[in-house]
Amino acid sequence: MALIDYLVQGGQMLLVLMLAPLLTGWVRWVKARLLRRRGPSPLQPYRDLVKLSRKEVVLADSASWLFRVAPYLIFAALWVAASLVPTFAGGLPFSWTADLIAIVALLGTARFFLALAGLDVGTSFGGIGSSREMMIASLAEPAMLMMVFTLSLLAGTTELSAVARFMLTADVGLRVSLALALLALVIVAIAENARIPVDNPATHLELTMVHEAMVLEYSGRHLALIELSSSLKLVLYLSLVACIFAPWGMASAGAGSAAYGYAAVIYVAKLALGGVLLALFESSIAKMRVFRVDQFLGAALMLGLLGALLLFVSRSL
Amino acid sequence: MHSLEFDIAHFLAGGMVVLSFLLLYQDRVYALLNVFALHSLVLALAVGWQAYIQEAHHLYVTAGIALVFKAIVIPMALRRIVRRLGIHRTLEVVGGVGRDMLAGAALVALAIMVMLPVTVGADALAREDLAFALAVLLLGLLLMVNRHNAISLVIGFMSLENGLVLAAAGARGMPLAVEISVAFSVLIALIVIGVFLFRIRERFDSVDMQAMDSFRESRLK
Amino acid sequence: MLLTLLLVLLLVLLAAGGYGTVAPARPQGSRYLYSVSLAVCTVLLLLALAHLLSGREPLHLSLPLGLPWLGLHLRLDALSAFFLVVVNLGGAVASLFGLGYGAHEREPERVLPFYPAFLAGMNLVLLADDAFAFLFAWEFMSISSWALVMAHHREPANLRAGYLYLVMACFGTLALLLAFGLLAGVDGGYGFAAMRASQTPPALAALVLVLALLGAGSKAGLVPLHVWLPLAHPAAPSHVSALMSGVMTKVAVYGFIRIVFDLLGGESAVWWWGGLVLAAGGVTAVLGVLYALMQHDLKRLLAYHTVENIGIIFIGLGLALAFQANLMYFNAALALTAALFHVLNHSLFKSLLFLGAGAVLTATGERDMERLGGLIHRMPHTALAFLIGSAAISALPPLNGFVSEWMTFQAILNSPELPQWLLKFLVPAVGALLALSAALAAACFVKAFGITFLGRPRSPAAADAGETDRFSLSAMFVLAGLCLLAGVLPGLVVDGLGPVVGLLNGGARLTDQYHQPWLTLVPVGPLKSSYNGLLVMLFMAVSGVAAALLIHRFASSAVRRGPAWDCGFPDASPATQYTAGSFAQPIRRVFGSLVFQARERVTMPPPGDLRPARLEVELHDPVWERAYAPIAAAVIAVSTRANVLQYLTIRRYLSLVFGALVVLLLGMALWR
Repeated sequence: MALIDYLVQGGQMLLVLMLAPLLTGWVRWVKARLLRRRGPSPLQPYRDLVKLSRKEVVLADSASWLFRVAPYLIFAALWVAASLVPTFAGGLPFSWTADLIAIVALLGTARFFLALAGLDVGTSFGGIGSSREMMIASLAEPAMLMMVFTLSLLAGTTELSAVARFMLTADVGLRVSLALALLALVIVAIAENARIPVDNPATHLELTMVHEAMVLEYSGRHLALIELSSSLKLVLYLSLVACIFAPWGMASAGAGSAAYGYAAVIYVAKLALGGVLLALFESSIAKMRVFRVDQFLGAALMLGLLGALLLFVSRSL
Repeated sequence: MHSLEFDIAHFLAGGMVVLSFLLLYQDRVYALLNVFALHSLVLALAVGWQAYIQEAHHLYVTAGIALVFKAIVIPMALRRIVRRLGIHRTLEVVGGVGRDMLAGAALVALAIMVMLPVTVGADALAREDLAFALAVLLLGLLLMVNRHNAISLVIGFMSLENGLVLAAAGARGMPLAVEISVAFSVLIALIVIGVFLFRIRERFDSVDMQAMDSFRESRLK
Repeated sequence: MLLTLLLVLLLVLLAAGGYGTVAPARPQGSRYLYSVSLAVCTVLLLLALAHLLSGREPLHLSLPLGLPWLGLHLRLDALSAFFLVVVNLGGAVASLFGLGYGAHEREPERVLPFYPAFLAGMNLVLLADDAFAFLFAWEFMSISSWALVMAHHREPANLRAGYLYLVMACFGTLALLLAFGLLAGVDGGYGFAAMRASQTPPALAALVLVLALLGAGSKAGLVPLHVWLPLAHPAAPSHVSALMSGVMTKVAVYGFIRIVFDLLGGESAVWWWGGLVLAAGGVTAVLGVLYALMQHDLKRLLAYHTVENIGIIFIGLGLALAFQANLMYFNAALALTAALFHVLNHSLFKSLLFLGAGAVLTATGERDMERLGGLIHRMPHTALAFLIGSAAISALPPLNGFVSEWMTFQAILNSPELPQWLLKFLVPAVGALLALSAALAAACFVKAFGITFLGRPRSPAAADAGETDRFSLSAMFVLAGLCLLAGVLPGLVVDGLGPVVGLLNGGARLTDQYHQPWLTLVPVGPLKSSYNGLLVMLFMAVSGVAAALLIHRFASSAVRRGPAWDCGFPDASPATQYTAGSFAQPIRRVFGSLVFQARERVTMPPPGDLRPARLEVELHDPVWERAYAPIAAAVIAVSTRANVLQYLTIRRYLSLVFGALVVLLLGMALWR
């Protein structure tokens, strides 16, 4: 392994971290424009983060050490997960550390601690958020794993770099199962990132909120970390979609620095496009009742299962 | 490795199964109609593609019939009926979408499990088409069984018929005369059903099949 | 030599049981007894571990005890050595916990004599090498654990639990007895060696499989045979609950593996065997965790959750059977390794969680989660250990529960190569069930930990709780450390399991993992999948600590305490918190109506009425109502009919005996 590979690995980790607030700001900006508002600059989330991290933390009297540790744990889990998704370069030195299943499980670790943090202070809002988050996750995670199942049937691996490589070959063909997997992944991504129609990232005082209710008690640097983590999660899911379903332009390991730079530009363009699509989707749809969400996600689960079934058919002919 | 021809056929036929699934998921009348129109459109494409790769020209006619009647005329007619009946806002009473979809997945598995071992030796395309067609047929039946609204019954019936056409196309098509007569019978069925729907509504003030069931029970007593 | 030593150690345990009858009267009696158990279990653990790792040939020992024509046969091979490790690890830790916990026991005379006997019984099951010794040890284990379940027999619920346990244990042993009878064949070769050598005809072999599934499954808690388990396990004192849930269920798994994989032999497997076991495992996993989510009693929640994990283990075993039937030994090795790894993992974290629940129980006197809360402030160390256990059992990386579930998934992902259509569809469906159960398990343990330890105390008992003693804490932290270790260095565990898998799988096992760079786990091949718990943990630790340091150094580290914000309406009453019931409500709504026919009824009094509003939740246990209630009703109906026989005259009784004799003789005459 050349030194440059390690450098690119580190660069990828930093790139993800640096881009995360920008993507969130970008989506907000596009949404505002779609609603014919001017909207804050896409750089606003950076300013928010800096401002929040400088403020003192107001802790509830009943908060425990878990409440203070959780933001760091959540951030660490999500950052590790996000940096293990190949963004602009595949086959990097540490890409074998965790496969897609492990990445899904790392997201689970973050969610677990976030839900516990929601319960820690002992308020009704925190509880409502935690319990709904776990309900949503209980359907989203199997749907996600069904998607992994489909991919792994096709590509014969759960390593993301290898999947991306496979998707670039002509062996893939035109498959319903892939379309189904994409659909399932998108539904899961929307649910996991607390976007409309499952949750509304812009509300604070509404009984339908899920994610915001959990983090209601956080302030100061803790809140900054939580916000950064949710931005990271959005980047992670968009990178996942890009890496699996649109791996074009990704540099392979050992390519020259020019190739890496070119690939990075393409990656940023993919993220920007994903952000626009997300904003379009969010602006054109209404929020669901909480107890419609299970049908929405159940559909994703069934689509994933169906994808796996259909794949079995075409494989065994 | 599979050829592109196979891939496209697979994609279209599989797409029909997926759309049948989406029919199960819908709980609004207009959305149901739209998905059904899409279902028929994909059927037309699938049959057209079969015509192209099998070089069976009479299948183009079948595809045309599917396109004109099922994807355009019938949905539009049904849409008019729904509007005239004023039931476009009626939410369907469905016994749990999750349960329906679970049953649907099991039916798809069943269809594949029945069809593939039986058709060993036939060519891959036909086998797959038959399996998917059976799945579409079963899903259509499921839709008919699980819905109360008469419109959904019609849609279920039509999607079932789409499955039949798909099967026929995969198995080198049926004679054109049969095809045309089937298409006309479906149209006539539509007209008859439409007339009946209005009659039913006049009698019962509802097109909910449960209302009719309870009426029959009260007659039987 | 080694076997003799093991046997002597078991005799020491039995002697300790005898001492247990007099120990309660002595001042330090219980402490001596638990120390002896701890020492014996530790020695047994080390010996078994040494035997397992050395990879030596199986050892045999025959003693002229037991049935005169059979004798007593003992054998120590890799499989029993592995399970000895699991059992004695659990036993040692439970004894350590008992050193502190035993002081709180109200009726030590009902616990102390049976505790070492229970340990000895479990060990003996693993060593037995003939059907008689196996069943004897099995029954010994059942009866001594039954006595421990009945330790607090004055509570009516415990009486019912004990009765049900006894009935189910009898049923299970009956099934095993029949299975052994079929295995022994007409020649009556009751030694395991003879059974291994003989070929069972396919139809009989299938019957043996079903009987083994019933017999071992009823002890392990497979749905629908699980009904006794969530009642009996929590009824015992907590360290015994830990043993029963964490360890005894594993002995049952051992019984299944021994009979099906070893005595019947994987070669004789037919593909639908795998399907049967797989389906049972999948259903068990999901139903178990759904039941657990509906519980508000901490120990019962844990017991129901054991059912889920047994399901996961059986999914692995079913996959292994299906692969073996198709002669795909490499994949079978993967599935078997996953199942055995999960056996070890579950014994670690379930024991840990039960010990934690025991610590909570001694500190507060409460098992009902609705009356707990805020214990993290009062019992910080217990809370930390319980948190690690909860995260591990929820299959979160970098802990151990994730590794075994990950391996099970990898085995599932290799299933498309199976030729049978039914399996092709069953396996993805089971994969979906496994994923569902993993996600629900996380919800379940957010609830268990969050409601019990977080928030504000819901009762005075919870508010005044104090940290538990040092013995109990060290027991919990040993287990928590092992959970982390097994999660971070899974390759070593996989290598340790190698000989066991080889023994059961015709010599095929996974490749050695220890030479992988950075101790990565690469079960199939580097292009297929890999996972490195060590690096994941290191990365997480580095990035978390770096973030903390950076923020504290360059931004702000100021903290101010204040009342909770709660959207501006903080409520002083802890009753406004989310409870266990309300936490589970969304999941109850989504899954409950399908599985439990859950109904919720809200009675809201009109304005001005001072009565409280009521929310009633109605749940039905599908298994109990569909399977057991009809059987119980039938038994009662038959016995009511037969009750007439109790009030006959002597002459009638004599004529009945006479009639029976004549009928039998007649039958014999005609049959000849």
